[in-house]
Amino acid sequence: MKIFRKIIRTGLITESLGYAEQDIEELGGRLSELVLHRFRGSLAIRMVDAGSCNGCELEIHATNNPFYDLERFGAHFVASPRHADLLLVTGPVTRNMETALKMTYDATPDPKLVVAIGECAACGGEFGCSYASLGKVSNIIPVDVVVHGCPPTPTDIIRGILAAVEADTT
Amino acid sequence: MKFSLSQHLAILLGEGGITSEQSAAHPPSLTIAINQWTTMAKIAKEAKLRLAGLWATQESDGFCVHAVFARQDQGYALVQSPLDSDSTAFPSMTSYYVAAARMERIIHDMFGLVPTDNPDQRPWLKHEHWPQQTFALRKEFSATADLARTEGVYPFIEAEGDGVYEIPVGPVHAGIIEPGHFRFLAVGEQILNLEERLGYVHKGIEKGMEGRDVFGAARLAARVSGDATVAHSWAFCRAAEQAAGIEVPPRALTIRAVLCERERMANHIGDIGAICNDASWVFMHMQCQRLREELARIHRRIFDHRLLMDCVVPGGIKDDTNIDDVQLLRIQTRNIADEMLGLYDTYENHTPIRERVIDSGTIKAIDAVSLGLLGYAGRSAEFDTDARRDAAYAPYDQYPPQVMVCRGGDVAARLWVRFQEIQESARLIEALLRDLPDGPIQTPWKIPRQTRCGFAVIESWRGEIALWLRLSQDNLIDRCYIRDPSMINWLSLELAAREVPVPDFPLNNKSFNCSYSGHDL
Repeated sequence: MKIFRKIIRTGLITESLGYAEQDIEELGGRLSELVLHRFRGSLAIRMVDAGSCNGCELEIHATNNPFYDLERFGAHFVASPRHADLLLVTGPVTRNMETALKMTYDATPDPKLVVAIGECAACGGEFGCSYASLGKVSNIIPVDVVVHGCPPTPTDIIRGILAAVEADTT
Repeated sequence: MKFSLSQHLAILLGEGGITSEQSAAHPPSLTIAINQWTTMAKIAKEAKLRLAGLWATQESDGFCVHAVFARQDQGYALVQSPLDSDSTAFPSMTSYYVAAARMERIIHDMFGLVPTDNPDQRPWLKHEHWPQQTFALRKEFSATADLARTEGVYPFIEAEGDGVYEIPVGPVHAGIIEPGHFRFLAVGEQILNLEERLGYVHKGIEKGMEGRDVFGAARLAARVSGDATVAHSWAFCRAAEQAAGIEVPPRALTIRAVLCERERMANHIGDIGAICNDASWVFMHMQCQRLREELARIHRRIFDHRLLMDCVVPGGIKDDTNIDDVQLLRIQTRNIADEMLGLYDTYENHTPIRERVIDSGTIKAIDAVSLGLLGYAGRSAEFDTDARRDAAYAPYDQYPPQVMVCRGGDVAARLWVRFQEIQESARLIEALLRDLPDGPIQTPWKIPRQTRCGFAVIESWRGEIALWLRLSQDNLIDRCYIRDPSMINWLSLELAAREVPVPDFPLNNKSFNCSYSGHDL
């Protein structure tokens, strides 16, 4: 009973976005339309951390919280690259993750999209290129869309996914 | 920062027949002969000191190994020992301190110094494709060196027998999570052994620190582990400020503590939800995600960053807060703590989740002591450490936290500690903001006249972060050693996993939630 009470009292918070991130509703509408037409209503995303500090992962997690609720637009995270239409890749690609990232990319069926999330994935960020870090994701695998920010906000991440789907002409 | 253990250790070493020399400069450090390194570890272990860090440096005339020990009531003691100038081997202390094993392997990887008598001579951060003779933290090694890939095999622990099978997991995990590899040996559903293989996110942070000025290095420190960015920035800044002899204004110290406690709340709340989610209780996950997002939004509004990255800077903090912001923080902190109190009540009476967490992944109190287990993982197994109290750094010397300790050592105990710590953090934030002193938020940086060292600890939400650095006379980082609590706490997951069936592993993993990035550096 307590659980029900809490759920009812909390109410539906997904649409009451208040002061922050005003543009998400419109963004989501476009995303769900594209997902509906291009992906038959279901866009499968596989997230790969190729060396990030875990900051980007927190914000990718947040896209699934009740405020943003990415899944309502038909986009959802899957457990295997074999199931994925799109890869979200974070971090500067470390030397120790290079092979794993390539293998994940190869395991994803064609046609596939790649979105590089965060400053490190976009350009190497604070870590840059070194003996241990190979820098931006596009140094290793082809990238369709880059989302800047350290880390990018959940809205920016959703916008990046949308941009990749919009630009996709395959 | 308390260093009274240093004198105590010097006396103990003297009684054990080891001559030690006390450094003239701050922080106090004992120098002993390298052939007495292992005996020193034995004496420290017998005196029930906790090993808080182990690292190496390169000096003009050879290498030097360093260790730091801690004891609850006496603070910390630094010990160092120079190697003979032509020597590339040092004695291992693994037989006395299990936690030293991986740290020694890292010294081997990064400096090419062999820990003699360490039973595990496999590389750790350097994976099998690294060329043999590359030692990244040696001064002559270029940070931007382009290394060739070689072939190699990492020998995992193997088991033979009927029905024993291996489950390799990772480095790319089935979720939104950092990369690492787990090798399970299992019979049926029961895990016989878990072997961790980490290092996948080794980005060369310690090498990258070298040659940066303190402001650039602080930005890197903020990205050691993005979920504990405030704590890592603070640890770095405190060590650098100590080395440069800078006093941080009281207002900045108070705000640093507020940010650190808010970070603790956000991560505890997020993880409580995620642990429940791993036991298929989505209600709690959604509630916690909602509260975490509310914290992030206020952080964005007041401090211009949802995770509070780069808010703590050398000499103080980046931006001041006005009276309205302070009010907003106080109200929100209280509201969220109250909601968590209600959710705790729901959790405690929800049998399906209790059934999953009670008696799952138990760490024995004796193991917590022998590993020196940090943070909530240690405190939930009766091992009482909290750097806020033990090091009594400002402002916690004026606002001592009530440290939450319990018995049990299982997932339920870890959850209990974290639920309690949310309330305690909220209490501290209220007290700190109520008495928020006026004044400047930044002390101008001054360049130390000579090479100086600094050592600092900060209690992050995961546990104690220890950081040692040396500033050269041109104000650049000469060497920076960072020990995230995960360096030690990862070991406890291997222990806990022996108690659980394979499907309960994610639940256990999340209950420790060690950092991959903070460990791999």
